[in-house]
Amino acid sequence: MAKPELKRVSENIWQIEPFGKMKVPGVIFADSTLIKDMDEKTISQVCNVAALPGIVKASFAMPDAHMGYGFCIGGVAAFDPEAGGVISGGGVGFDIACGVRTLHTGLSEDDIAGISEKLAEALFRDIPAGLGSTGNITLSTAQLDNMLSGGAVWAVEKGFGTKEDLDFIEEGGCVKGAIPAKVSPQAKKRQREEMGTLGSGNHYLEVQKVVDIYDEQIAEGFGLKKGDCLVSIHCGSRGLGHQIGTDYLREMVSQAASFGIDLPDRELASVPVNSPLGQDYLGAMRSGINCALANRQILTELARRIFTRIFPKAQLKMLYDVSHNTAKVEEHKVDGKSKSLLIHRKGATRSFGPGSSDLPACYKALGQPVLIGGTMGTASYILAGTNESESLAFSSACHGAGRSMSRTQAAKQWQGSQIVRELAGRQIIIKSRSMRGLAEEAPDAYKNVSAVVEATANAGLAKKVAKLLPLICVKG
Amino acid sequence: MWEHFAHQADIGIRAIAESLNSAFEEAALALTAIVTEPNNVAKIESVKIECSAENNELLLVNWLNSVIYEVAVRKMLFSRFEVRIENLKVSATIWGEKINQQKHSPAVEPKAVTYNQLSVKNENGKWTVQCVIDV
Repeated sequence: MAKPELKRVSENIWQIEPFGKMKVPGVIFADSTLIKDMDEKTISQVCNVAALPGIVKASFAMPDAHMGYGFCIGGVAAFDPEAGGVISGGGVGFDIACGVRTLHTGLSEDDIAGISEKLAEALFRDIPAGLGSTGNITLSTAQLDNMLSGGAVWAVEKGFGTKEDLDFIEEGGCVKGAIPAKVSPQAKKRQREEMGTLGSGNHYLEVQKVVDIYDEQIAEGFGLKKGDCLVSIHCGSRGLGHQIGTDYLREMVSQAASFGIDLPDRELASVPVNSPLGQDYLGAMRSGINCALANRQILTELARRIFTRIFPKAQLKMLYDVSHNTAKVEEHKVDGKSKSLLIHRKGATRSFGPGSSDLPACYKALGQPVLIGGTMGTASYILAGTNESESLAFSSACHGAGRSMSRTQAAKQWQGSQIVRELAGRQIIIKSRSMRGLAEEAPDAYKNVSAVVEATANAGLAKKVAKLLPLICVKG
Repeated sequence: MWEHFAHQADIGIRAIAESLNSAFEEAALALTAIVTEPNNVAKIESVKIECSAENNELLLVNWLNSVIYEVAVRKMLFSRFEVRIENLKVSATIWGEKINQQKHSPAVEPKAVTYNQLSVKNENGKWTVQCVIDV
């Protein structure tokens, strides 16, 4: 593919006119620095997605976009099932519904000061994390199927959290249309001991403080004020999701050609949404989303127990829960007409504006909380979805900082112990089982999250509400 | 021999050997090395793996995914691999031990093999196999 030409259509929006096999333009949201630093391969991945059958409007990339496999991370694309639109396993990725959940604590920075080491120790000890860890519950096959159909609703029924939590999760904590029978026995076996585990890599549980408020009215509506302590949990669907991705990608790679789909990259493996395999994958992938929602619900309960043991007055109420790696059927306006489309978000956050029927009553006038995770040494942000975001990118926003450097390079450049010391000097406590893992996750191996958020807000994809800084980070 | 190569989000593994069997064995070692130092993994328990595919590239994906699956369900790490490939079918025995977080300090968790930069080549009598692992 020839090198695409980027045309700046506004301060934070860049367009690639269709060329070659592209059916629609590529649209990248970024400021001039982010676009300059964006890898060429990331941009060609945006173009590759634009060549898939049934794509609607454009192939989008969020400001945190970086090279993925097939789709770029930060990629968003909508497909019309009625026009031969496809569903892509690579467009969801292996960590189905990996996402962020943020909780209030009812505590201030002052409440935690002095006891933060004890809190960090307790979170590190009692939250299962890292490869080889197991959760405290083992599910039978029948129980697993109920979990896959019920998501966080199932977890609440089992005593993990309360019904009130469910209002603050996308789709009420349970995605409809999950078909556990379409999840392989291998995927289920992989999950048996992994409920309530954090995972590893970029996954974390972080205690944060609110350091800045940008929109007083929305912040108040979200229950946020300066000095508040929050807890954010970043994790996904664990082994089950990884295996669903593996199983279906393999099938899609072998079946794509039979549907006449010419894959510029095998990782883009896709089949029509309205094909038997497409429907099977939807049923399995939705089970994966429910698994991630149940998992974050269980981890929430674990965090609550730890907090209330140490701080009897702590109240870990839900702020919101967003998923990053999904394909969801949503109604969107295209050329003035409402259409039912399958929206792939690969490392991107849903960003519904005010009035959306999926929002809880108390957020209805404010827009959906969009939770942006930073690195262990940099800020995280809370944004709010805008109505403008629908016409810009099917109601989507960025999801995090986005890597700028490979793990191999980061591990060469930094040492985990040096990062721990440096962050300790900034009153940030880091807990991890692996020093190399920490080096790979070095804050400087990521893009500047503040620039990513700024570009997201300036493009109109979401509104800035609050800035958070880490106090304690338990790495997976 | 094996090596890791850079990928912006994940980790690439590459193995070069005289035979396809050895290249697959080395690639699996490179997979373990994403998690921990392979020399620090004892060869105590063995597991048998069989898999097949339509071509060598998909066979590499299925082989490494089979190892990832055993790591995930047995909570084990592996450091010795014996692979025999015949007619696009892998028959292997792999040796390792249960993961001990204190001893192995696992850096990351391999989630799956991607089809990104996937290749299996035989040039000048040497096999080079490579792919990117999602971690």
